[in-house]
Amino acid sequence: MVDTVQLGRPPLETAPPPRKRRRRRELLPYLLLLPALVLELLIHIIPMLVGVGISFLRLTQFYLRNWSAAPAAGFDNYRLALDFNQAAGEALLHSFLVTLGFTVLVLGFSWMFGLAAAVFTQRSFRGRGLIRTVFLIPYALPVFASVIMWSFMFQRDTGIVNHVLIDQLHLADQRPFWLIGQNSFYSLVIVEVWRSWPFAFLMLTAGMQSIPQDLYEAAAMDGAGVFAQIRWVTMPMLKSVNRVLLIVLFLWTFLEFTVPYVLFGKSAPEQADLISMHIYQNSFVTWNFGTGSAMSVLLLIFLLVVTVGYLAVSSRGSDNA
Amino acid sequence: MHRFSLGPRKLLGLFMTAAVIATACGGAATTTAPVTTTAPVASAPAVSAPAASAAPTAAGAETTLTYWASNQGTSLENDKQVLTPELDKFTQQTGIKVNLEVVPWSDLLNRILAATTSGQGPDVLNIGNTWSASLQATGAFTQFDDATMNQIGGKDRFLAGSLSATGAAGKPPTAVPLYSLAYGLYYNKAQFAAAGITQPPTTWGEFVADAKKLTTPQHWGLSLECGSISENVHSAFTLSQQQGGAFFDDSGKPTFNTPQNIAAIKQYIDFMQSDKIVNPSDAEYSNGTEALSDFAKGKSSMMIWQAASGSLAQLGMNAADIGVAALPLPDQMPAGGKKVTSMVAGINLAVFNSSKNKDAALQFVKFMTSTPEQEILNKTYGSLPSVSEAYSDPAFQTPAVQLFKNILATSAAPLPAVAQESQFETLIGTAMKNMFAEAATGKVVDDSEISSQLAAAQQQLTP
Repeated sequence: MVDTVQLGRPPLETAPPPRKRRRRRELLPYLLLLPALVLELLIHIIPMLVGVGISFLRLTQFYLRNWSAAPAAGFDNYRLALDFNQAAGEALLHSFLVTLGFTVLVLGFSWMFGLAAAVFTQRSFRGRGLIRTVFLIPYALPVFASVIMWSFMFQRDTGIVNHVLIDQLHLADQRPFWLIGQNSFYSLVIVEVWRSWPFAFLMLTAGMQSIPQDLYEAAAMDGAGVFAQIRWVTMPMLKSVNRVLLIVLFLWTFLEFTVPYVLFGKSAPEQADLISMHIYQNSFVTWNFGTGSAMSVLLLIFLLVVTVGYLAVSSRGSDNA
Repeated sequence: MHRFSLGPRKLLGLFMTAAVIATACGGAATTTAPVTTTAPVASAPAVSAPAASAAPTAAGAETTLTYWASNQGTSLENDKQVLTPELDKFTQQTGIKVNLEVVPWSDLLNRILAATTSGQGPDVLNIGNTWSASLQATGAFTQFDDATMNQIGGKDRFLAGSLSATGAAGKPPTAVPLYSLAYGLYYNKAQFAAAGITQPPTTWGEFVADAKKLTTPQHWGLSLECGSISENVHSAFTLSQQQGGAFFDDSGKPTFNTPQNIAAIKQYIDFMQSDKIVNPSDAEYSNGTEALSDFAKGKSSMMIWQAASGSLAQLGMNAADIGVAALPLPDQMPAGGKKVTSMVAGINLAVFNSSKNKDAALQFVKFMTSTPEQEILNKTYGSLPSVSEAYSDPAFQTPAVQLFKNILATSAAPLPAVAQESQFETLIGTAMKNMFAEAATGKVVDDSEISSQLAAAQQQLTP
């Protein structure tokens, strides 16, 4: 390996390569990516196609052993999922709206906290490394362990949240519930923001490393204060990072499963019924894999539309800028 | 610079597309993932004896069985400690090794489904007896027809009540009863005496009156596991039977939304909602141990539970304080009401069809249902033997065991033996969990709310 690199390099750097060789050099990264791409297709595309196939079957417990024998359902599963006047469709729509609200809140707060923390730690000061490490802890902890801890904290009679709010601060007469009812939605948002803002912080911090210091100096010379510098230097320079960060966070949050599963157990409260949990319930708990798959496919279509739309809009924006 | 400015954008696009595919597939994969992930792991030990798998002999020189046990003791570790010496005995007797895995209840059904789908499962496993008919419909388990039954000692050894919960009527069962259980009303004798109550209640009217007497701001008359899907649905079933209701008619069609079922669920929710004898915090209880622990610690005076004396003693409750009686009945039996105080609860033992060591597996079933093993295991777990011979042991002559045996013999009914049973449990249990959450957070759960929940649950049942 080492030899080839050493042998390969000098001619490339000394003599300007002919056009052909340059093209070959451009191909190299893609060739290196090829094995990963093939595996990606094998591991992701095939199960996905199987999922699409299942969505057209009436796959219940009777056909589990040999699900190729399951009768075709045509579009029945989709009709069931999209008939919003029936219980199943109504529940799916409700779950979709809950997930949308959840995603918007989590995305907004995570990005805000991440940006604030990144700006705060941008300039060097004593203990900066320590603070950055502390900020990253929620992201580094195993999900299960940390979310179980939250679920203990949110318990009504024995949890520390109510202990502080009610026993110490006397903010209310009644002990509120955090794991059931409407509050369960806010608990879920809090835990998810707590878990995902360090990722935003990490990405934005990395993005800020590449902003040259002289831009800030020049801006300061022009009389820009801290906020003006953030507005006119930091934000434009972070544009491409933000573009990736927002869509990745969006997709992760929208499909979040582990956090509600650990926080609420098998069936989440209606008010916090995220779509992944809902699909899981529909396929596993009620043994109705066809409908579950149909819902998954609908979800896939929605996410594709959002992502493609987002990319179209955001890249047009960057052309104009 | 210019040449590269296009590159990253293209790459970004590629990355995004990949991300969408990957993540959306994560959604789609929820239906398939456990099939590919958990099953091979679970089945890995099953094929550890390639020589024997080709031709399992009666001697089973190198045969290794995989056995999934359910969680019957106080912890998974406790189950291992209880079962390992018995499995060693089996190995000594037959030369067949047994690879034990204790599967928690929260995972067991999913693991079974994954094993069914992939055909890569354990040889022998425990199932909740209420799943029998649903799992029978998948065809994954070996049928215990008369010939097979004779191989393990014959049908007549088993209690008739327990045998009624091993599959749909008229079909050969696909499991045999291993541990039998029933629900009883546990009460704290010391707290009853302190409140001047001499007898456990026999009607629901007395029950609520007693519970109100025992409820103070710091203490509750009753604890319930309101977030537990199975506890909810089991109680709904018993109360509905008392009202003369049913969740499936004789032809197996669902009949969720009936006045009797509404009344039964209303009665159960009302323990918290209007009788106020249950701590609203119980609405969060879902892991099947929290109500038990409240009762053991004296925070509540009653609970509705399956054989619990062993667990209560382990949690430090004074054995002399533990009282148990049959569940109360309505003050006036409604028309068609049945004197049912419990479901037929219990654990069954099944053999996977895909097992390569079926003979060895049946030997193991025979061993586990043999009289000495039934005595040892049921004594340890505080459950009831499922074979009648075992009751001659003095350990099963105690008043508590006699009570449960009597309940099983006279006032227990099996949950509906239809293929949709496990869906029914999930849908009704979840709906009740949500209704408890509403009641606990101050919303009113009335008849029309229950009715619409039941209608919605029935709509989601797969025909």
